[in-house]
Amino acid sequence: MNRVYVPKDSTAQSLGADEVAAAFSAQGFEVIRTGSRGLFWLEPLVEIDTAAGRVGYGPVGAADVGGLIAAGIENAGSHPLVIGLIEEHPYLKSQQRLTFKRIGVVDPASLSDYLAHGGYAGLRAALSMTGGEIVQTVTDSGLRGRGGAAFPTGIKWKTVLDQAVTEKYVTCNADEGDSGTFADRLIMEGDPFTLIEGMTIAGIAVGATQGFIYCRVEYPESIAALRIAIAAAQAGGYLGADVCGSGKRFELDVRVAAGAYVCGEETSMLQSIEGKRGEVRVRPPLPAIEGLFGKPTIVNNVMSLASVPVILEKGAAHYRDFGMGRSRGTIALQLAGNLKRGGLVERAFGVTLREILYDYGGGSASGRPIKAVQVGGPLGAYVPESQFDTPLDYEAFAAIGALVGHGGIVAFDDTADMAALARYAFEFCAYESCGKCTPCRIGSTRGANVIDNLLAGNQPERQKALLGELCETLLHGSLCGLGGMTPFPVQSAMKHFPDEFEPRKRH
Amino acid sequence: MTSVDTAELQAVEAAIARHGHEPGPLIVVLHAVQDALGYIPEHSVRRIAEALNLSRAEVHGVVTFYHYFRTHKPGVRTVQICRAEACQARGCQALERHAREKLGIDFHETTADGATSLEMVFCMGNCATGPAIRIDGRLYSHVTPERFDALLAHQEDAQ
Repeated sequence: MNRVYVPKDSTAQSLGADEVAAAFSAQGFEVIRTGSRGLFWLEPLVEIDTAAGRVGYGPVGAADVGGLIAAGIENAGSHPLVIGLIEEHPYLKSQQRLTFKRIGVVDPASLSDYLAHGGYAGLRAALSMTGGEIVQTVTDSGLRGRGGAAFPTGIKWKTVLDQAVTEKYVTCNADEGDSGTFADRLIMEGDPFTLIEGMTIAGIAVGATQGFIYCRVEYPESIAALRIAIAAAQAGGYLGADVCGSGKRFELDVRVAAGAYVCGEETSMLQSIEGKRGEVRVRPPLPAIEGLFGKPTIVNNVMSLASVPVILEKGAAHYRDFGMGRSRGTIALQLAGNLKRGGLVERAFGVTLREILYDYGGGSASGRPIKAVQVGGPLGAYVPESQFDTPLDYEAFAAIGALVGHGGIVAFDDTADMAALARYAFEFCAYESCGKCTPCRIGSTRGANVIDNLLAGNQPERQKALLGELCETLLHGSLCGLGGMTPFPVQSAMKHFPDEFEPRKRH
Repeated sequence: MTSVDTAELQAVEAAIARHGHEPGPLIVVLHAVQDALGYIPEHSVRRIAEALNLSRAEVHGVVTFYHYFRTHKPGVRTVQICRAEACQARGCQALERHAREKLGIDFHETTADGATSLEMVFCMGNCATGPAIRIDGRLYSHVTPERFDALLAHQEDAQ
């Protein structure tokens, strides 16, 4: 039977991939639903097998299917939508896909497909090692937390390993709430076994027998994909009482979040998994010592855990050889907002923002100049054009007062209103504040008012001074990043675009 | 005192029976109730508190903390509009204004005929092809005001 690959990824679905898949099925084609390779402007991207590799067609609409079949798509027939060998596409070929190597290639619901593409090689390697050796390998790889805080993953694991307690947990923070980020979602929908394998390795390493994936309720497709994959891994003996015949237990469950951004903060997430209000906890104690249900707990982001299998499979040195300075390995950059070619770019650290925005992103979708980009989510700084040559590296970004965070890059063209975006940062903080710290709970609403007064010309110099003081208070008086980092987008917008923070004429 | 719907009571009991034994079960139970009924009825708070050995204040506190949980019956369909930065960069503010005017309601409200609830969300992970909306289970990209009208009309035809 003639076979086509059609993504089931939610962005591809939002662009009509289900209708395309149904149209091929109706014509007698075998349709394999994969994840998305992350070349979103080409979605729905349909692929077929050839001797030389997969050939892609895109963006395909359901109405194109008849024409593609008439052109002989199953034999890589010529058609206006043909892209050629997809892995030779410059956008993909220039990437260094380690964590995302199977995305868009495999059927995320199929354990056998995962195994056929090198899956579980990392776990097999880990099962021949002691817990201490696994943790040392992760430490030596230089992997730092990809959620945004960039804390060395191996050191966190070592702390949990060293606790002489029998009940421990591995939790995965899949509350990917930052606007402009979708890397976690791509993994969960497109290659969920990689995450499951990474968590299993973590559990075996530190002696935890239960894992939880805390996934956003806004990601129903991810939740469904994870549950299918977990059931398959259990049936295949890769999860459960006796992981791969090792005698070691590791169970895994998905916990569904309920739409609170603050639960992406690790202690708030733990509160939420325990069934409580997602109010931030005071640290210490660190979650690695007293975490979920008061027990030692690993809290890692999806991408951190999904990077673990390749590190165990290929060794710490292989991973560490990518990157620059203290930022080792690869980072998944997510090109979002007003860009012509939005998508996922996995590259070694060190690539510049300009390369990402223009070589990959193709400039703005609107065709207007890119005015600013926000990197690292709603708490990340706005970066102006004059800083686009900064390399993507945790330290280089910190040096310009910005952050890499979770790797989301949102581009704005010259129609963006920077004062409105700064006001929005406060509004978002007010809506999402857990309410525990006064500067965040009250200061966020006050910040929006102060910007309103400033733009209305009501004692503008006083308002600017007040805004500065308020940002300082938030920065130093908040327990977590929500209050503590809301000043970053506000102050960076004011610093780089001061003209926009002057009183505006009434229209 | 108003009479309580039997089907609602059964859904609450089923959620408790199915998930009440899990570690830290409250949010799991609340999800099961909302999945079944579309919202968390006021009367269920007392029952859930009793079953999970929590105070009513604790249950109420959790229900109201999380934006996703609703305490009022939603419309037949729910439209979620993303308001986050990546969708703003593609013009979601114009879409928000249009949707509120078109439906004659604000966010977190339901049209008078009970047909449509409007919710705001911050990011659905569909950030490269915004503005993004979700109508019930289905996600859509590149939603202009005109496309919004067409999608809603198409849905009405389908019902």
